[in-house]
Amino acid sequence: MATDDSQNVIDQPEVLTHRMVTIEIAGKKYEVPEGITVIKAMWYAGQEVVRGVGCLGGFCGACATYYRTKDDPKVRTCLACQTAVQDGMSFTMMPPFPARKALYDIQKLQDPKQDLFNLYPEAPLCRNCNACTEACPQKIDVREGVWKAVFGDFQSVSEMFMDCVMCGMCTPVCIADIAPNLVALYVSRAQGAHFTEKPAGLDTRIKEIKDGRFDDEWKKVLSMNEKELAEHCATVK
Amino acid sequence: MDIHALQQIVHQTRDARRKQTIPKFSPADRDQLIHKYHPDWRASAYRPIRFGPNEGDKTVVELATLLEGDSPIGSTVDLTPHHTTDVLIIGGGGAGCAAALHAHGAGAKTILATKLRLGDSNSVMAQGGMQISVAPEDSPVTHFIDTLKGGHMQNDHDLLKVMVEEGPSIAKWLIELGVLFDRQADGNLHVKKGGGSSKPRLLTCSDYTGLEIMRVLKDEVINQKIQLLEFCAAVELLSDDDGRCTGAILKDLDNHQYVVVAAKSVILATGGIGRLHIQGFPTSNHYGATGDGLCLSYRMGAKLDHIDTFQYHPSGAVYPEQLIGALVTEGIRSEGGQLVNAKGERFVNELDTRDVVSSSIIRECEEGRGIRTMSGRVGVWLDTPLLDAEHGPGTVEKHFPAMMLQFERFGIDISKDPVLIYPTLHYQNGGVKIDTNSETNVKNLFVAGEASGGLHGRNRLMGNSLLDLMVFGKRSGLTAASRTGSVTQGKLTLKHVERFRAEAKKHGNVSGVISPMILPAYTRKVG
Repeated sequence: MATDDSQNVIDQPEVLTHRMVTIEIAGKKYEVPEGITVIKAMWYAGQEVVRGVGCLGGFCGACATYYRTKDDPKVRTCLACQTAVQDGMSFTMMPPFPARKALYDIQKLQDPKQDLFNLYPEAPLCRNCNACTEACPQKIDVREGVWKAVFGDFQSVSEMFMDCVMCGMCTPVCIADIAPNLVALYVSRAQGAHFTEKPAGLDTRIKEIKDGRFDDEWKKVLSMNEKELAEHCATVK
Repeated sequence: MDIHALQQIVHQTRDARRKQTIPKFSPADRDQLIHKYHPDWRASAYRPIRFGPNEGDKTVVELATLLEGDSPIGSTVDLTPHHTTDVLIIGGGGAGCAAALHAHGAGAKTILATKLRLGDSNSVMAQGGMQISVAPEDSPVTHFIDTLKGGHMQNDHDLLKVMVEEGPSIAKWLIELGVLFDRQADGNLHVKKGGGSSKPRLLTCSDYTGLEIMRVLKDEVINQKIQLLEFCAAVELLSDDDGRCTGAILKDLDNHQYVVVAAKSVILATGGIGRLHIQGFPTSNHYGATGDGLCLSYRMGAKLDHIDTFQYHPSGAVYPEQLIGALVTEGIRSEGGQLVNAKGERFVNELDTRDVVSSSIIRECEEGRGIRTMSGRVGVWLDTPLLDAEHGPGTVEKHFPAMMLQFERFGIDISKDPVLIYPTLHYQNGGVKIDTNSETNVKNLFVAGEASGGLHGRNRLMGNSLLDLMVFGKRSGLTAASRTGSVTQGKLTLKHVERFRAEAKKHGNVSGVISPMILPAYTRKVG
C-alpha cells in the first residue's frame, strides 16, 4: 500500500537554489553550478576530458588536481572526482609526472631491505620538509612512511600506504627527488612477498584439490539433473 | 527536513533492531519479489536485437542499439600493421593484467592496449573482497553451490568449476607477488562472510582489495617490461579469410591516429557497461565502462550469453549529490550493517543475494517508505553506526577506511550517521560466451573478465568478480601464449565488417550510431 512519504525529504538548499559560482579552470573563468565535483565542472564547462579521468570513485588516482580557494594563497591537492567546487576556486589537473620507477623481480630479491637503497638510492636523502605529507589527498603521513622504509620498518609502511591511490602528488613536491608512492609500493610488495608468514591452510587446500579430495563430491553434484541440483542447493544454508 | 532529524529514527530504533533476525525469502517469494521490482524485469526497457549472432534475443535498448551500431572504420583504411605480436590484450584492468602477465610469463610476445591508463578500471574499486574457499570448513564444491544459487542456477557449470577450483592457487600467486591479504592471528588468510554465501570465504585487504591487487599487478606488468599502449582504444577487430581473429585497430586518443596491431591471438578484457546508464540508473562503474568489447566481438560473430541481465548493487550512495552512484561497500552489510526504511524498520535479510536486496530496496521506495532528496532521488538508510555499537567504537574507521574518507570529504561521518543508499548499476552479469580457456566461438578471439558471460548466471555472487578476472585472465593468457608456435599470423582484413554491414543494410541500417562508444558523452554542449 502506498503511504505518504512527503515528510521524508532531506533539506538541500544547494539543490533547490542551484546557485552558479565562478571558478577558474587552468586560468580560465567559467560559471558552473555550486557543489558539483571538479570533474563535473570541467564537463559542464564544455571540456573534453580523456586524460585525468579514471574510476570516478576515488580509487585510481587519475584525477590528481591542484586547487586554491578564494583569497587563500595555499595551493592544495585533491582527487577531482571526490571534491566539490566552490565560488572563487581555481584549479588545474596535474600533468603526468615523469617519476622514475625502479624495475625489479620481486620474487628474486635476496635482501629486500638492503635492495631498497640500490633501487631507490634517493630514498634516504629525505630532507624532512613534509611537503609530501601535505600533498597527499589520502591523508597518509608520507614523510613518516619514507623514513620508516629507510629504517626497514616495512610492515608499518605497508599498513600506512594501504590507502595510497598512486596519484603521485607526493612526487613533484619532493626536493630530494624521491617518488614516495613508488618507494612505498616496492616496500609493500616486499613486505607481502618476503616478510609475511605463508598461510599454511592455503597450501593444504591447494594440495587437497590436487589430490582429488573433493572428486566424489564433484561427481555427485555434477551428475545431478536440474531438479536434484536445485533440491541439493536448497539444503546448503 | 534536516537530514539529522530524519536520521533520528535510525538511532532510536537501533537497539530494538539489533535483537531482530530477518529470515531469507523462500525461493517462491524471492522470485515474486524480483519479478515485480528488479530492473531486469522491466519489459519496456528491453527489445530484441534485430540481427547478428543473437538475433531475436532481448536486451536493454541501450545495449541493443550499440550492438547493431556501425564500425567507425571505412573500407579504405590502411591495414599495414604498426605492431606485430603473439598476443594482443585489450583492457588494462584485472583480467587484462592477469592475462598479460601469464602470456608474457609463458614466453609470448605480448602487447597490452588500454583506452585509459594501465589499471584504470572497475577492478581497482572492488572493495568487498575475493571469494576463495580457503577455510577448512569450506570447499570448492560449496563455493560452486553458493554461486549457482546466486546465479539462479543458470551458471555455466564448466566455467564455474574451473573458477572455484583454481581460486586457491590464484591466492597463492597473488601472495607471492606481494599482495597483502588480511590475516588471522595464526597467519592464515582471514575470511569474511559475503552476501549469498553459506561460508565465510571473502579474502580482503581492508576495504581496498581491488586497489591492493591492482597496485601490485600494474607494478608487475611494468617490471616485466610488457609493451603498453595506453590511451589507445580498440575500435575494430581484424579477421582473416576464415573468420579467425588476427588483430585489432586501435585509436590513439592523444593524436587520433589509428594504430593497427597484427596478433596471433586477441584477448578482450574490456569490462562492463555501467556508463551506458541503462534505464537511467547511476553507476558505480569507471569512466570507460561502455561495453566496447561486446560490440567488437559481436560484429566479428561471437555469440553473447545472458546479456539481458545486469546487477544493480544494493548500496549506491544517494546523498550527498557528489557521490551519487558511488558504491557503499557490501562489506558493511557483511559486518552487520542493517538496511532501514523511513519508518525505522528492517525489510530484508541484508545478506541475501544482491538482486533480492536491491529489489526489496526498490519495493520500499516505490511503496512510499523511502527517504527523498531534493534532487528527486530516493533511498533507504544503511545503518553504519551499528557496526561501532556492535563491535566497539572505531570499527567502521578501522575496517572501512576508504568509505570513511570518501564521506568525510563531504563532512559526513559514517561511523556516527547512517548513509542514504539506493541500487546503482554495477555489473554486467552476462557477456561474450566463452569456453573454459576463455575463448569465444571466433577462433583466436578470447574474452576474459566482466566482458565475458556464462560464469555468473543471472546474478553474480559478491566477491566472485575479482576471482573471475584472475582465473580467466590467466587461462586466456596461457592458452593464447600456447598457440604462438602453432598459429601463423593470418591476413588482416575487414571481411567481418563487410558481412555485418550487409546484414545491417538488410535490416534498414536503423541503429544510427557508431560503436564502440569508447567514452560516455558527459561534456556539455556549450553554445
